[in-house]
Amino acid sequence: MTEYLVRFLVGGVVVSAFAMLSDVLRPKSFAGLFGAAPSVALATLGIAVYRHGPDYAAFQSQAMMAGAIALAVYSVVVCHLLVRARLRAAPATLLSLVVWLIVAFGLLTLAGGQT
Amino acid sequence: MTLIRFSPSSLREGRWYEYLIRFALGGAVTVFTGLISSRYGPSVGGLFLALPAIFCASATLIEKHEIRRKREAGFAGERRGQGAAAVEAAGAALGALGMLGFAIVFSLTVESSILVAFIGSSLAWLVVSVAAWRVRRKMRSVRKASTCYREP
Repeated sequence: MTEYLVRFLVGGVVVSAFAMLSDVLRPKSFAGLFGAAPSVALATLGIAVYRHGPDYAAFQSQAMMAGAIALAVYSVVVCHLLVRARLRAAPATLLSLVVWLIVAFGLLTLAGGQT
Repeated sequence: MTLIRFSPSSLREGRWYEYLIRFALGGAVTVFTGLISSRYGPSVGGLFLALPAIFCASATLIEKHEIRRKREAGFAGERRGQGAAAVEAAGAALGALGMLGFAIVFSLTVESSILVAFIGSSLAWLVVSVAAWRVRRKMRSVRKASTCYREP
């Protein structure tokens, strides 16, 4: 229980810090880089190293590569849904999560990832 | 050349509950990733380190702020709001390349030095993201210039 409380607090602080940095930076296209900052990764990998050791964290970061590629595809799809399909941000970002899941798990399967 | 600058006044546009939502969402996603790793192993858990849950909230807030600003000026603002969220999404696509750099450097270095892994991977994220952003801006300005130029 304590571990999950620590996760919640560390995750909340790191994500908020990156989000605020994104708010104050200009131009907006540059600030957008911080929308894909590894905030959750920093918090989670820090806890993973402490709790399970470097091997476990290395394994997680290898799978993260597939997640990052899926994130790039996801962001392009969101951009097109906003500009071409003229969807609002909430439905565009939520619908595109399906794309992220397909690409991420597809790449993990191709790479022979263990579950 | 576009200068990167700070605009602290942007923080005043946000409402207190929006910051609370981001904090709670960030915490919840980190807990969720931990639960996934415990249940399905580090491989599936690792995928969720790049889950765009935070991006969903950020893009929605950016759109909302832009619409609010335009409405105060007497315009509808929906298209402008969508445009601002789209710019954020384009930036996130470049940031995702940086995240890939982060994951590669971290996986290569964490077993030899934890400190080097965290510092090196964070630097890799920053360098790759900023380089990708600069290349994209350069390409856009070259494209714009070639569109404007017409043979006599």
